Amino acid sequence: MTNHRKRGARLASVSAVAVLTLAACGSGGSISEETAANEEKAAAGGECGEVNMAVNPWVGYEADAYVYGAVAESLGCTMNYKDLKEDVSWQGFGTGEVDIVMEDWGHPDLEDKFFAEKGDGSAMEVGPIGNVGVIGWFVPPWLAKEHPDILDWNNLNKYAQDFATSESGGKGQFLGADPSYVQFDEAIVSNLGLDFKVVFSGSEAASITAFQKAEENKEFLIGYFYEPQWLFADIDLQRVALPEYTDGCQDDPAKVACDYPETDLNKIASTSWMEEDGPAQKLLQNFSWTNDDQNLVAKYISEDGMSPEEAAAKWVEDNQDKVDAWTQS
Amino acid sequence: MTTLAERPPVREVEEDRSGVWASRWAWAVVVLAAWVVVWRFTDGVDTLARPVRESTPLFDRLSDFRDAVLASRDTNPVVQATYAVGQWCVDATDWLSRMVSVPDFPRPVPQVGWLGVLAAATWIGYAVANLRIAVLVAASFATFGVLGYWSDAMDLLVITFVAVLLAVLIGLPLAVYYGTGGRVGVGLMTSLLDLLQTMPTFVYLGPIVLFFGIGSSAAVVCTLAYALPPIIRIAGHGIRNVSPTTIEATDSSGQTARQRLLKVQLPMARATIVVGLNQTIMAALSMATLAAYVDGPGLGKPVLRALTRNDVGGAFVPGMLIVLMAVMLDRTTTAASRRAEIAARGGDDPRLRRILLGGGLVGVLVAVWLSRQQLWAAEFPESDLGGRIADGVDSAFGWITSTFDGLTGAVKDTVSTVLLNPLQSLLADSPWYVTGLALLAIAYVVGRRRGLVSAAICLTLIVLLDLWHSAMLTLTMVLVATLLVMVLALVFGVWMARSRAVDLVLRPVLDAGQTIPPFVYLIPVLALFDPTRFTAIVASVVYAAPVAIKLVADGISAVSPSTLEASRSTGCTTWQEIFKVQLPMARNSLVLATNQGLLYVLSMVVIGGLVGAGALGYDVVLGFSRSEEWGKGAAAGLTIVLLGVLIDRVCRAAADVPKDTTGARTRTLLRSKVPVAGSPKSGLI
Repeated sequence: MTNHRKRGARLASVSAVAVLTLAACGSGGSISEETAANEEKAAAGGECGEVNMAVNPWVGYEADAYVYGAVAESLGCTMNYKDLKEDVSWQGFGTGEVDIVMEDWGHPDLEDKFFAEKGDGSAMEVGPIGNVGVIGWFVPPWLAKEHPDILDWNNLNKYAQDFATSESGGKGQFLGADPSYVQFDEAIVSNLGLDFKVVFSGSEAASITAFQKAEENKEFLIGYFYEPQWLFADIDLQRVALPEYTDGCQDDPAKVACDYPETDLNKIASTSWMEEDGPAQKLLQNFSWTNDDQNLVAKYISEDGMSPEEAAAKWVEDNQDKVDAWTQS
Repeated sequence: MTTLAERPPVREVEEDRSGVWASRWAWAVVVLAAWVVVWRFTDGVDTLARPVRESTPLFDRLSDFRDAVLASRDTNPVVQATYAVGQWCVDATDWLSRMVSVPDFPRPVPQVGWLGVLAAATWIGYAVANLRIAVLVAASFATFGVLGYWSDAMDLLVITFVAVLLAVLIGLPLAVYYGTGGRVGVGLMTSLLDLLQTMPTFVYLGPIVLFFGIGSSAAVVCTLAYALPPIIRIAGHGIRNVSPTTIEATDSSGQTARQRLLKVQLPMARATIVVGLNQTIMAALSMATLAAYVDGPGLGKPVLRALTRNDVGGAFVPGMLIVLMAVMLDRTTTAASRRAEIAARGGDDPRLRRILLGGGLVGVLVAVWLSRQQLWAAEFPESDLGGRIADGVDSAFGWITSTFDGLTGAVKDTVSTVLLNPLQSLLADSPWYVTGLALLAIAYVVGRRRGLVSAAICLTLIVLLDLWHSAMLTLTMVLVATLLVMVLALVFGVWMARSRAVDLVLRPVLDAGQTIPPFVYLIPVLALFDPTRFTAIVASVVYAAPVAIKLVADGISAVSPSTLEASRSTGCTTWQEIFKVQLPMARNSLVLATNQGLLYVLSMVVIGGLVGAGALGYDVVLGFSRSEEWGKGAAAGLTIVLLGVLIDRVCRAAADVPKDTTGARTRTLLRSKVPVAGSPKSGLI
């Protein structure tokens, strides 16, 4: 189908070009030179082909995707970046519209649907990306400094009134997060007997703005947050200790009374794409880096105002040893 | 109804009406008082509240249905067919964007560079309208390039063009049916259009991807779904309203139904059809940011990307370019229809135009040729102006948030404690059957039997959808927001109507408020008001107030000058003039403004979910974000539709009875939902 579609499009564009050539006889300057150079390059390379990279909407993910892309392009691949949320990305594996999801924070429902064991087998796990996802309850640093005992959940009720807002109906407010994430906060609050009400911020932008403001104005705020995240370069949010995570303590969503586990983030890819087993696939298998690496690239993008391409190129240049390890296997 | 000759009957109706409304208000107060008393004793019982992240069997069944479709996509003939349509959309947009926006490999640049596109667009602007429009078009295109968003702007134009083309191809035949068809068919279609216009896009964005694929195909389809209703509604309205005497006269000469349609109805409704086209374009543009959620190309992409890094200035610049594009297309289509009218009457100098057009065409060809050959004419020269504006906006925004923080916090807390919390307690914390009965009673008081029936159906369905408590929380916010909208509409509407200068200054601001994507101002309002219900209310007021203000201003301007003269001669003060003459005489517009204000506010419910308002908006976003919650999102979307239908039908029933008190114009407008001013009831989400 893809071939057919391309042929149709090419035919159409050829006819349009023919029309345009009526007005555009003769040869031009650098455009035709670059065109020739591109044709040459295409003829020379071409082993790798096109890579459809899903770009999920957070900066850390952009760092993963564009660093992979920078290296893949140096191997002669053509990158297509697609701005998508997680769910839609996974749907794209089966249709060939998406080849790679770089960073999966855990989507049991999607795994059931698209992994081979239970679902249609269009997606597969390619192994950990090296980043560790830390989810938990966080407070702004000023608060942790001023009231160090707030970092233990046992003392939270003592401060409940300080956390009250216009939304929390007389209780303390706990700021729930963007709905994209797995959250058990309502259950945790009620099962630990905390005098708090969960108010959902509804988006990452809303949570970040709230934490920034709380730190700046020294306001009380406690909420769901996660690492790696570019905000930590700016504000070093402090994690509140909940009862420790044990295996199975989150199995029944209504009874959760423990902290979130640390998650090894996974790379996911389209099964049929992985079967091609070329340089792009090998690169994906080998791609692995740390939270610090990702945070640095994320900082280039969010703080220093670089485009994702520039940020990735800079990191690749500065970390040639790590990149070499991915490409030579 | 303002001319002197009609005075006596008008006064009769007027008295009748005020009597009816006085008794209705009295009854409404009685219902409210009884409700408060019952609530006192039943506070918190049977509220049907449930944890936000909890599912129900109904939601699971809906999700299962979606999963079944997903699992069958390789064999399901419907999915195969829609996928083929999607491929066609991809091909069309792909080809167009390689012509004007992205490099057409192996070329390093598109087939036609910026100079050629700009010249061609300017020429088209002159050809369809006039020199002023040509200048506007040229300036707009130049701005896209100078601010550094040439390619994104071209992509958005391409998507808009393809979607609007399809909307016209599909919409016009449907509009003919809508304008000439039978009662049942048209009624059915009205419900379908209502659904398309009020269902939050996030609910069907996922399924659209399932049926049509990711990227430009999804962008075209979701834009189409949203842009189709205005042209059907407005063009259909125009066709239906061709004067019956004209039709009778031509019918008597023995024409066929086909002749009647092609020679009489369509030509006579042309002006209205153009209005429909215009509104369709505006609706298409308002989908730009949402389409970016499924990789739809265009100016929405940089807006969303800036949102992930809390970059206010970075979202502002492309957001304003969307506004600019809307203004450009709006003025062009309006001027084009006016020109066509003038030309049809022969009031035009064809020779001069022809010479200019011919000369211009040569210029366009030269520009296209240059832009295919020369790099400077193909790639827009880089400039840092866009970045500098973004920085300026950032610092202005920083100053505003730090300066007004205390004040905005106080405003938020006041509105929350005085208005929001009490109303929310009453609506959401009463037992569901108490709230339901009270709402039914109010619907009966203002809308009599028709209001009661509509309300009963909608409320029953809302209960069945398992989201009663969320629905009541949302209804509270919608009511408070509409109240604020109407306060603004009265203050600024009257002011605009009484002062030409104010009107001139405010109109462009109002246009911008209606067309700017809410994602651009989410972070500023969040910084000022925190993630709260009030933030959601502010966002919806920004979007809904312009329409209401314009409607009130237009209504008051329409009050006949002789009436004002008469009141002045009797020595009315300015305040008396406003309250005793202008506002009462513009009552029709006030009713219409309230109805439209409510529906516009309702279309912002999902945006509210993104800024901490919770309730139905959050549920819809949740459904889009996590696949296992899709069922809940769909139920929440349907509940929003039902709230919209409930509000709208009760308003209409109230406007309709008794004795035509609100006048024919309001009734037709309400019935056909012609977006009278600016962009249509465009649920941006």
